[in-house]
Amino acid sequence: MTAILLSGGRVVDPSQRMDDVADVLIVDGVIAAVGARVRNDAKGRDDLETIACDGLVVSPGFVDVHCHLREPGREEVETIATGARAAAAGGFTAVCAMPNTDPVTDNQAAVGFIIRQASLANAARVYPIGAISLGQRGEALAEFGEMVAAGAVAVSDDGKPVASAHMMRTALEYARTFGIPVADHCEEPTLAKGGAMNEGIVSTRLGLKGIPAEAEEIMAIRDILLARRTGGHVHLCHMSTRGSVELIRWGKERGINVTAEVCPHHISLTEEEVEGYDTNAKMNPPLRTADDVAALQEAVKDGTIDLIATDHAPHHYDEKEREFADAPNGIIGLETAVAVNITWLVEPGIIDVPILVERMSCAPARVFKLPGGTLRRGSAGDVTVFDPTAKWTVDATRFKSKGRNTPYAGMELTGRARCTIVGGRIVHRASS
Amino acid sequence: MTRPLGKDLLGLEPLSGEQIKLILDTAEPFKEISERAIKKVPTLRGATIVNLFFEASTRTRVSFEFAEKRLSADAVNVAAAGSSVSKGETLVDTARNLEAMRIDMVVIRHGASGAAKFLADRIESNVINAGDGTHEHPTQGLLDMLTLRDHFGKLDGLKVCIVGDVLHSRVARSNIWGLTKMGAEVGVCGPRSLLPNAVDELGVRVFNRVEEAIEWADALNILRLQLERMTAGYIPSLREYNRVFGVSRERLERAKRDILILHPGPMNRGVEIDSDVADGPFSVILDQVTNGVAVRMAVLYLFSGGKPELAEAAKIGAGER
Repeated sequence: MTAILLSGGRVVDPSQRMDDVADVLIVDGVIAAVGARVRNDAKGRDDLETIACDGLVVSPGFVDVHCHLREPGREEVETIATGARAAAAGGFTAVCAMPNTDPVTDNQAAVGFIIRQASLANAARVYPIGAISLGQRGEALAEFGEMVAAGAVAVSDDGKPVASAHMMRTALEYARTFGIPVADHCEEPTLAKGGAMNEGIVSTRLGLKGIPAEAEEIMAIRDILLARRTGGHVHLCHMSTRGSVELIRWGKERGINVTAEVCPHHISLTEEEVEGYDTNAKMNPPLRTADDVAALQEAVKDGTIDLIATDHAPHHYDEKEREFADAPNGIIGLETAVAVNITWLVEPGIIDVPILVERMSCAPARVFKLPGGTLRRGSAGDVTVFDPTAKWTVDATRFKSKGRNTPYAGMELTGRARCTIVGGRIVHRASS
Repeated sequence: MTRPLGKDLLGLEPLSGEQIKLILDTAEPFKEISERAIKKVPTLRGATIVNLFFEASTRTRVSFEFAEKRLSADAVNVAAAGSSVSKGETLVDTARNLEAMRIDMVVIRHGASGAAKFLADRIESNVINAGDGTHEHPTQGLLDMLTLRDHFGKLDGLKVCIVGDVLHSRVARSNIWGLTKMGAEVGVCGPRSLLPNAVDELGVRVFNRVEEAIEWADALNILRLQLERMTAGYIPSLREYNRVFGVSRERLERAKRDILILHPGPMNRGVEIDSDVADGPFSVILDQVTNGVAVRMAVLYLFSGGKPELAEAAKIGAGER
């Protein structure tokens, strides 16, 4: 094995409350040393690769607990390999793949397939999330035990809500057996039915059916109450409203085992983006109001929202190039996430770099009990080096993802991953 | 080529009051053509127009077709059923194929909000929105305003109440934008389940009771109540709708003054409007239909590059385009 020395960067590791200029040495795939004079210890190794990190941030690798890699089933849209490379290019050392593939990842064999494809990709680590219900149909529980044994790290019917409160209750109880979170897509289906964007004045003007905030909030509080009842760990996906933030805060104040994520688009864009019927502004949950964005930003700051996840959802160009109501939901996010978070959270001074690293690396690893999220000696050599001040213009045609569906195309953003290291191997390195 | 109104007519929301007035004023000289024995002028001779109708429509399609024929344009009707659309062709491919035939204008009716804008962004030809989903139906809004202006002599200060299913109505949206820009006061009245939740932000007065709306308004524009609103659970029954919101002669007589009655059609007699109101002395429902042709002639003329000041001359074929 080789050794990598990341020298002279600003090492930010909230798991150790560390924020200093230092060196990081990775040997045989694990963190060997972090400190001011580590370069002296490493001197003389003939297998040493030194990467100068002056002016850059060196942090535990980013972890995305929510993405859609489309394989198996829609390999023309994304594969585990292209998704894992897109993740690496965005500074992610690990991602969790949602199970709404075709066929659905609802059994141990399907979980094993994803693990195998991920190992062949040789990029970011990919952890499978199993389905809550067979076929995500909401009727019968999938075999959590076997899926966890095969490598699944959580269960979710993401893309669809768990409509039945009884099913959600049972899932929370059963998942407790295996110590995994149940990640729920909060959407009350009868309220959200047929909706294409946030319900409000913009949907009224555009003549598009709206999805009210309450469609999310009703399910959020249902899940929080069921977590209280069962003691299970509920993880609320892609929270998008002020009301949801208040409900999560309510739950956490009472010690209920609830964690929550927000997507970069929900802390940066509003429903106004839908103006002109831009299908790249169509996702579920939809972009909300400026007031919701402000509440979510504040929740990222104070920790009510534990972590930021992308909900990376590639779609084929043709699928998005159509009437708004008929276009599929979702945008890609792996290669813009850190830049969007820096542009809308760090640059305006809402959060600092250590909180950014906490929400993108430490917290997701901790909440989903994954390796990484720390630079402690002996932990996995998963490290991200990023430039928090680099300005760049988003050009989707240059993405590693097969997806091009991003509302940020053409925008100038700040912040970019320079080097991504997974298990001591460099999987992404940007020319500065 | 002058384009005082831009390339496309997608809705009345993007237009200014002056632009709307221009269209209404331009419609005036075109009214007379439909009164002639030979209802045809050479104004748009050589222009090719496609009427692209993805939704069934009789009134609007026929009205556009007469407007096109009376202006001597070459018009082709494409109905979604029986075309390549029913074979799974996408809207963008349909648009590109039409464009490749070098057409000048597309009149589109589509069930999806934003479909007219989608088309307009992707082809060079002028696009006229003949109704897109629950978004806008600008020529209907214009013909409603022309009818009101004919009767009252002005729009400024007029009180117009839209009665019925505002939530799902493109006619309501076009009327709200158009009338508001022309200085009229707009009210809406209907069951709260059929009014947009954000209705208060539209700059309109909201009436829960049709009696109050009648008391307030100079004119009522009564919307068609779609039967499927009942099956989808927005209202309990058509019967109760008629009893609570139906515009009847008894209700109008209580107002002790004349109230003009408009309806974009097709009517559900005995549901949103009673027959003696629809056929009564204050109904201008058929005048709306007549004005529809003139308004659409004006729209076709102006958006094809016709000079507004030459509309009168255009009637004999001398107007420039």
